[in-house]
Amino acid sequence: MKLITYNFLTSKCIRGVKVGYPLKLKIVQKEVVQTDFNPEFITRLLPRLDYPTVHMAAELVDCAEGVPKELGENYAADQDLLQKLHHILLEIDIIEGQLECPETGRIFPITQGIPNMLLNEDEV
Amino acid sequence: MARMKLRKLEEYLQGVDGFEKPKILLEQYPTPSHIASCMLFDIQSKYDDLENKLVADLGSGSGMLSIGAFLLGAQFTVGFELDSDAIEIFRNNVADMELPAIDCVQCDVIRDLTIDSWDNVFDTVVMNPPFGTKHNAGMDMRFLESAVRLSNQSIYSLHKTSTRDYISKKTKEWSVTGEVVAKLRYNIDSLYKFHKKSSVDIEVDFWKFDSSNKNI
Repeated sequence: MKLITYNFLTSKCIRGVKVGYPLKLKIVQKEVVQTDFNPEFITRLLPRLDYPTVHMAAELVDCAEGVPKELGENYAADQDLLQKLHHILLEIDIIEGQLECPETGRIFPITQGIPNMLLNEDEV
Repeated sequence: MARMKLRKLEEYLQGVDGFEKPKILLEQYPTPSHIASCMLFDIQSKYDDLENKLVADLGSGSGMLSIGAFLLGAQFTVGFELDSDAIEIFRNNVADMELPAIDCVQCDVIRDLTIDSWDNVFDTVVMNPPFGTKHNAGMDMRFLESAVRLSNQSIYSLHKTSTRDYISKKTKEWSVTGEVVAKLRYNIDSLYKFHKKSSVDIEVDFWKFDSSNKNI
């Protein structure tokens, strides 16, 4: 699971959960992969993401250096920043770990790179 | 313009393992590699909707469409799948081919994706949904509804030709425009590929939808 995917996951489907975001990410094992850097793609992607959660995840994987807490207006022109965000969002692969619902504590395991967001019938 | 020849794409996709034991209840027909490669090749070469795009594959199964999307230059693809056995095959296929830009999320495409967290995220949604027959009545339309929510531009999907009028009517209600870009015959019983009589060809439409003015 890359951190781009993490940015969209919620536990809102659990009955009674209001926001369910961001999920608490615990990393047991991660890998770094390489993908083509496409600054236009990252620029288009950023408005769709929750930026504070991007920053929080960056800190979690020790990649927050040079990544601002808040995204300025001219990020599209900042190639260094886009490159860093590309690495954080698309190149860090969480292999083993878990996601925890911030409201109920329900754990969603990440196994061999795939988060299991399935709920039991009695949870929805 | 596609970065890979159709023949080459099909060769790669022939190497994607399918379901070991297809589940009738989930209508797990694997997408034949020939159909998948023609579909994806058109999406890129005619409509330019894969290269550099953020792509979702709903009901990704063994990963045929996700992998094909990657091979044609999708920047990042997320497959959504319910079934653990299918996910295991997806995982092996992606690992065998060492594809770095594909994720898979195990979830219920119908229930979990109709909340708002993935709304408007994807440039392109590709899918080969359950056809919605027998036990699964209406499932195809529920997949399409999830696809409309997730996408901000284009959706490509396969549906039985017999549902064409209904799909036109329903998508109009969502302010989504759609057209059938190809008609194909889908052999759903590849287990019997050497026995012509035991295999069933059904007529299937390859749809292209535009969700950029959606109202859902």
